[in-house]
Amino acid sequence: MAKSYEIRLSGSGGQGLILAGIILARAAVIEKRRVTQTQSYGPESRGGYSRADVIISDDEIYFPEATNFNCLLALTQEACDVYLYDLRDTGILIIDTTFVKNLALAAENTYELPFTDIAQEKLGSPITTNILSLAFMVQITGIVKPESLKQSIAESVKPAFVELNHKAMELGFELAKNYKK
Amino acid sequence: MLKKNTKKAEPKKTTKPKATKNETKLDELQSTRERKNVLMQGNEAVAYGALDAGVNFFAGYPITPSTEVAEILSAELPKRGGVFVQMEDEIASICAITGASLAGAKSLTATSGPGFSLMQEGIGFAKITETPCVVVNVQRMGPSTGMPTSPAQGDIMQAKWGSHGDSPSIVLYPDSVKESYELTIRAVNLAEKYRTCVILLLDEVIGHMREAVRLPDMANVRVINRIKPTVPPHWYKHYDENQKYLSPLASYGEGYRFHVTGLTHDSHGFPTNKSSEASEMMERLRKKIDYNIRDLVQIESHQMEDAKIAIFTAGITARAAKAAIAMARAEGIKVGLLRPLTIWPFPDDAVRKMLRNVETVIVPELNQGQLIHEIQRLTKDKSDGNLIPIQRVNGQLITPNDILRKIKEVS
Repeated sequence: MAKSYEIRLSGSGGQGLILAGIILARAAVIEKRRVTQTQSYGPESRGGYSRADVIISDDEIYFPEATNFNCLLALTQEACDVYLYDLRDTGILIIDTTFVKNLALAAENTYELPFTDIAQEKLGSPITTNILSLAFMVQITGIVKPESLKQSIAESVKPAFVELNHKAMELGFELAKNYKK
Repeated sequence: MLKKNTKKAEPKKTTKPKATKNETKLDELQSTRERKNVLMQGNEAVAYGALDAGVNFFAGYPITPSTEVAEILSAELPKRGGVFVQMEDEIASICAITGASLAGAKSLTATSGPGFSLMQEGIGFAKITETPCVVVNVQRMGPSTGMPTSPAQGDIMQAKWGSHGDSPSIVLYPDSVKESYELTIRAVNLAEKYRTCVILLLDEVIGHMREAVRLPDMANVRVINRIKPTVPPHWYKHYDENQKYLSPLASYGEGYRFHVTGLTHDSHGFPTNKSSEASEMMERLRKKIDYNIRDLVQIESHQMEDAKIAIFTAGITARAAKAAIAMARAEGIKVGLLRPLTIWPFPDDAVRKMLRNVETVIVPELNQGQLIHEIQRLTKDKSDGNLIPIQRVNGQLITPNDILRKIKEVS
């Protein structure tokens, strides 16, 4: 595993990307690794751009924003268009084809799934898209252990929503295990 | 004067996630201190630092990107017998924390640029009346309402010169979540010790950033409380001098009578127009900072031993600098960083030493040139060509690559 791993979760406000970033960062803390989590978003609570950066490292992390991603998750076309060029050559690109219809650059490791449609169909609401796609990413990259992610979700969301989010997480893991390129 | 806080963290019987669900986050934090890293935001660290420093009064008007400080203290202060007041605006907020402090409370408020501008007269009042209090300013893009969720370092000069009249300032500036906790405690301590309004400047990114933090055990947190008068009430002077220009402070309701005014005053606090008394008051305000500069100034010197190029910057930009230094050093370029944790009073001596030892100084900052003026003031014998600014005011951070490019240009 790389010494320092940079992840950007991107999309629009209201998709739960900052929460996903916090959950991923907390999972890294559970594994006693160094981590920073930063975010950038507009003043509105829904709509507009939103992104969360997580850097997981074994050394001290100086600059806390991701600048050269090992992994990019893009849940909207705009986010994909803006951030794609900062993905490393060997980086992993994960896109939500519910919204991302056009890929300007084919990354070496691209994973495409309609996460929002799947969340709507299998879990009854698009609200779990963030956890579904985060779990998919964790399974693909192996950046944290699945059980750390599970514990982090339990510590990060309200008790009433733990079960639903764990279901979304399991589905995300399954999708990744069965993913065919 | 230096008092060790003897409050011990309460031992909890269990730390299983299920069992702690009903506890507050702070209880959980207290129970796992020194044993566990927790993921924490800069603003959370400020709130917990304030509580650990003994702050028991907060009055404020929540504003992005400082809101979490108020949010956490609104939940935690009442539980500990403290007071949280959501005020009608920032002018009322600074006045309320000044009044509460005169009644004996340790008080703090948190705001951002627009609120900080409104507070300036109140900050001057707290300074001239030598009333301990802390203002946390989580900076955002300005001027005016600007960009509420975007970072800028535009309040560096305002933190010193924002209030009218000469009034020496103590301003601290952390660069991480952990340091936000530590410098909040230090800000409260310095306010109590020096009887003044201390300002803590955070960058939006530091306030909102999350990092793994391990808080110290309360037994290892040093808390300073104000000196109380030992004389009988009829001998008490509200502004009394001792050798270090630090005078005891009585609280209202303790039997001591004193007058508090924003007018220039004598040692009992009554207004005066006598030039001798005016100059005595002004000198005391200046000397209590100047004569204690060694206690106040804190700087970090990072890889400066053999550096030919120095970077001078604070807060989040210093972290970009450190990343750039690591990259430049990998290519054999001798570059280091000098970072003030106390930006006011300005670390003149450390900067002079840096200027003697390096050929070039790069000053990156998220404004149109503020820290660089202080370096210029101390750079008499160097040509402007050796002092390189990197400035950005578009809501984006200066990145390690921006600084690396400049390092390569000048090396």
